[in-house]
Amino acid sequence: MSANSGEAFRTPLKNVRGLGSAQSGVRHWWLQRITAVALVPLSLWFLWLLMSLMHADFVTARAAIGQPVHAVLLVAFVVSLFWHGALGLQVVIEDYVHVRWQEIALQVAVRFGAFLTAVACLFAIARIALH
Amino acid sequence: MAEFTLPKNSKVRKGKKFPAKAGAKNVRTFRIYRWNPDDAENPRVDEYEVDLAACGPMVLDALIKIKNEVDSTLTFRRSCREGICGSCAMNIDGGNTLACTKAIEDCAAGDVKIYPLPHMPVVKDLVPDLTHFYAQHASIKPWIRTQSAPPPDSERLQSVEDRKKLDGLYECILCACCSTACPSYWWNPDKYLGPAILLQAYRWIADSRDEDTGARLDELEDPFKLYRCHTIMNCTNTCPKGLNPAKAIGEIKQLIAERKGV
Repeated sequence: MSANSGEAFRTPLKNVRGLGSAQSGVRHWWLQRITAVALVPLSLWFLWLLMSLMHADFVTARAAIGQPVHAVLLVAFVVSLFWHGALGLQVVIEDYVHVRWQEIALQVAVRFGAFLTAVACLFAIARIALH
Repeated sequence: MAEFTLPKNSKVRKGKKFPAKAGAKNVRTFRIYRWNPDDAENPRVDEYEVDLAACGPMVLDALIKIKNEVDSTLTFRRSCREGICGSCAMNIDGGNTLACTKAIEDCAAGDVKIYPLPHMPVVKDLVPDLTHFYAQHASIKPWIRTQSAPPPDSERLQSVEDRKKLDGLYECILCACCSTACPSYWWNPDKYLGPAILLQAYRWIADSRDEDTGARLDELEDPFKLYRCHTIMNCTNTCPKGLNPAKAIGEIKQLIAERKGV
C-alpha cells in the first residue's frame, strides 16, 4: 500500500482516524447550493439577454448592458457563476488529484483563475455601465 | 491522479473453461473472476457451464455447486444463504449484490458475470479485503453513547415514533455493496467513510436514546469523511436490502447545516 515501512505496524483504525475531522465543509456545501439556486434565474435571464441581442449591433448591445438593471444582474451573474465554478472545480480536484503538489498547484490556479476572470468581467461591465 | 487503468499485474486474462457434463438439460455459463495470491499469475476469468436443472435458483447455489462438483479451488465467502449475514456480497451481472438473494433468472440474458466487490484489495478470487471498511465502521463508535446512567429497573426506553426513525437504518448488514459501488469511495477510500458507514453513523445520530449527537456530527463534519458524497445514488440503487444510504447522508448534512444556523 504505502512506501513507508512503518505502515505494516499501524492498526487499521490508526489509518482511518488519520488527522481527525476538519470540522468544516458545511460552509462550502451551503455556498455551492446558494450559488446554484441564484444561477437558475440569472442564467435564464442571461440567455434571454443574449437572445435579444442576437442581431443587434455593437452600439445597441453596449447600451443594453449599460442599463442599470442589466448591469446589476450581469454583475450578480458573473459573481455567482465564477464562485460556483470555483467551488465545483475545487471538489473535482479533491476527488481526483492525489499528488499533493499537483493538488495545491491546481487549487491555487483555480482560485486565481476564477478570481481574475471574474474581476475582468466586472471591470468590463463597470466600464460600460459607468461610461 | 486517480488511476483509471489497471496496473499490469492486475490485467484480467482469459481463463479455463469447464464444460457441463454430458446430458445437461439447461446449461448456463458463469464467467467468474479468479485470482490466487500464491501463484504469480494475473487474474483470469474462468468459464463454468452449470446445469440449472440440477441447481438451486440463486447465484450462490450455482457457486456452491461449482465448488462442490467442478472446481474446489473457487473461493468465496458465504454463510447464512438468506441475505442477513452479508458475507456473499459480490459484483454479479454488473451490480453489487448478495449472491444468496440474487436469482440466476434475474441476471441479464447471456453469461452470468461474477467479480469481487469493485475497487477493493482482493484476498483471493471473490473474497475482498474488508479490513479498512471494518476499521471505518469502528471509527464512528457504532454503539450507544450516553452520559445519563441507565434507569436502574428498566431498559432505556423510546417512543414508538422514535423507534420508527430507525427503520431503514437498522436493517443494514454491512455487506459493503453500497460503499464499493460508490465512485467517491473508489477515488478516496482512505478518507471518505462511504455510504455504508455513514448510514451506520446516522443510525446512531437518529437514535433518541443516544446522547452524543453533537460529537458524532463533529466527527463527521469534514470535506472528505462526509462531503465526498456527491449524491451519485449508486449506493441506494445497489443496496440488496433496499435501504437508502444517500438519504441518510442527506439527513446528516441537513443536521450539520441546521446547527450552523443555515
